[in-house]
Amino acid sequence: MTAATPPKTRGALAKREARFAWTLLLPTISVVSLVIILPLLAIFWISFKPVALSDLRPVQVIVKENLRGKGEEIRLEYRVRNSSQQKPIAAASFRDVIPDDLELLEIPASCALTGRALNCDFGDMVGGFSERLKISVVLNTDVKSAKLAIKNSAPLVMGSGDNILTNTEFRLDNFRRIFDSSEFLEVLWATVFYTVVGTIGALVVGLFAALLLNKDFKGKGILRGLYLFPYVSPVIAVAFTWIALFDPFSGSINALLIQMGVTNGAINFFGERPLALLMVTVFEIWRYFPLSFLFILARMQSIDTDMYEAADMDGASPFQKFWYLSLPLLLGILSVLFLLRFIWTFNKFDDIFLLTGGNAGTRTMTVNVYEQAFAISNIGAGAAVAVVIFAVLLSFSFLFLRYISQEEGL
Amino acid sequence: MNSLRRGGFTSITIGVLWSLVIATTVAICLSFATGESFKPTLWGSLAFGFCVGILAMICKPLQPVRRWLLAGAVALVAVLLVFSPLTPIIAGEEVAAVQLSVCALIFGLALYLPLQNMLQEVQIGPLTRHAFEDAIIRFLTGFGYIVFTAAVLIPFYVMVMTSLKSQQALLQNPLDFSIDFSRGWDLFRSYVELFQQFNFGNYLMVSLLVSIVTVIITLLFSVPGAYAVARLNFKGRAAFSRSILLIYMVPLIVLALPIYIAFSMTGLRNTITGIVLIYPVTTIPVALYMLQGYFRGLPVEVEEAGLMDGLTRLQVIWKITLPLSLPAMVSVSLYVFMIAWNEFLLAFMLLDDPSKFTLTRGVAMLNSSEIPRQHLMAGAVISTLPIMALFLGLERFMTKGLTAGSVKG
Repeated sequence: MTAATPPKTRGALAKREARFAWTLLLPTISVVSLVIILPLLAIFWISFKPVALSDLRPVQVIVKENLRGKGEEIRLEYRVRNSSQQKPIAAASFRDVIPDDLELLEIPASCALTGRALNCDFGDMVGGFSERLKISVVLNTDVKSAKLAIKNSAPLVMGSGDNILTNTEFRLDNFRRIFDSSEFLEVLWATVFYTVVGTIGALVVGLFAALLLNKDFKGKGILRGLYLFPYVSPVIAVAFTWIALFDPFSGSINALLIQMGVTNGAINFFGERPLALLMVTVFEIWRYFPLSFLFILARMQSIDTDMYEAADMDGASPFQKFWYLSLPLLLGILSVLFLLRFIWTFNKFDDIFLLTGGNAGTRTMTVNVYEQAFAISNIGAGAAVAVVIFAVLLSFSFLFLRYISQEEGL
Repeated sequence: MNSLRRGGFTSITIGVLWSLVIATTVAICLSFATGESFKPTLWGSLAFGFCVGILAMICKPLQPVRRWLLAGAVALVAVLLVFSPLTPIIAGEEVAAVQLSVCALIFGLALYLPLQNMLQEVQIGPLTRHAFEDAIIRFLTGFGYIVFTAAVLIPFYVMVMTSLKSQQALLQNPLDFSIDFSRGWDLFRSYVELFQQFNFGNYLMVSLLVSIVTVIITLLFSVPGAYAVARLNFKGRAAFSRSILLIYMVPLIVLALPIYIAFSMTGLRNTITGIVLIYPVTTIPVALYMLQGYFRGLPVEVEEAGLMDGLTRLQVIWKITLPLSLPAMVSVSLYVFMIAWNEFLLAFMLLDDPSKFTLTRGVAMLNSSEIPRQHLMAGAVISTLPIMALFLGLERFMTKGLTAGSVKG
């Protein structure tokens, strides 16, 4: 008799379950890969190409057809041009069917008439090419209907322009550009300062807020709701409020500071270096302390009170209880929060964009993506910055996943 | 440390600091409330805090009546002091004596009553470590309440107040935080103009529609996904649940560029359809992550019983899991709604046509030098109010959703 062993292959039930699981996941996976993985690949692709915003429109031949002149001398005019000033178009040509309403008296050198179809060939069209073909014609009908007939027969354009997005030419120009420029150090400094100070600040302030509310008193619920306001409201609303509040001309804070005698003149809080960077960081702390506050408070309230009673019996002072009891217990949630907030602060774009637009030394990496791609219209450079961000993020996430696996058992 | 831990030193330090805090707070509050000029003086408030600190240490009235009597006496001294050179708070010339007296009265009460509470265990001579630290913690707590409440309330109050004012009034005295109720309905002129001339009613509807559709699509995709990750066994389950976390750490700005290019090419830019297509993708990973955590917490036995009784998996999900996780669904829905409602970046990049704006995009449009400031603030209030109402009405669910999902920023 052989000993019974567990089956080595997976049973039909297990297979069916796995199949069912993948069916349930399929919609999510397909959508997410379409909108997240694909764009990520696109970003990598674009970052190696010198693409400007204007290159997004493909290069093509543009032909405009018109009937000009009066009485006997009527001309059919084709205005042919290359849409790009720089890039050539290979085998550029167009084909147009001449309506019955008019007869051509002559045919330009570059064209040929077969039946009623006019074929004009321009060979390789250089960048900035523009030409008018003028053909004398005789009308069989009145001008109005001839014009209408011409409008109805649009010329068919051919020719292949080099599309920078799809060719296989790769260059490192974009990366060289973003790393070489003197701005790079400034961007790096702003990013590091904003991320590190913003994250730690939000954590510490959140911890204080949680300590304040970790006791029972009347109106606790109201205060807790109130302290969450900054996080819940739309960033656009609070950012503009801060701008209004700190406005150098009509802002209340400036008026208050002048009245209290702290300063003599108005301070341009969001327009001066290095104050602007400090201000956007303070805004970040103000807007996100509710988050750490909520997490830390939840953790505090789950701590067993017996421990504190025991500590009281042993004669521990309040600070000792905080330092030796609460803090070690909170360390887990604090470090998870730190990593998460670190990544999200690093990713933050809207806040700084709305407050300063990246001016006055507040251009972090994410704002730099927008600045390069849309303000300077250099999509390639923007994509290169995005790739750098992604690389940094990937290393953070690696750290994070290693850590959070221990913390949350994921 | 031990030499510092004495009653006199503790009560004087706390008294002086608290006096400075209260003098500044009262001065700022009254400046804002009346628009007049009030400011704290350093030496005046230091001296007064010094005396009241000692008083609070020495006299410890037990009955409430006596405590109030003492508080009244302190306040009275404060009122007398503001008319002397050693005043803790000075006011501008135009401030009436009555107003200044009221100011001093408030100052005296707000100084003494909490101080009495802070120093209740502090006596003359050496203190126990416990009493000393308790006093410090009480002081820090009081200070914390003032700072936090001011930091949160002032911006929101300014938002509402500015939206109710005229440009002239704003520039004339930026310190005047009072609202002139005698104007009646005219107060809401900015709002009326936003709805009549700037099409805000339409933006409100678009935002509502977009957010609700986003919630529905997100749930449709994430519920099955979350169930699979939480309950079913398959190869690559751990890898999948990690990659969800990874994916929702990808910053939107990195994706926004290719999405902008793709939408330009396919003609989805400037359409509500495009927005409704892209929003759920940003929220599905969060929702999936939140829901799978909740599904894991549900007892497996109930579902197994359902399977034994002949239900299929889909029926189990529909008839057992979903009804059981209704609270979690509400939390997730609210959270997703909030993300979609507050979303700014994609709306800003993808929408240019003012007839198709979402609310946040509409508010961004108001940020121009030609449009008065109060319109911008009115727009901010309009975009904030619905989400606040939702938050206050369903705070329990909202807080839960925030804690479960707010790995996202």
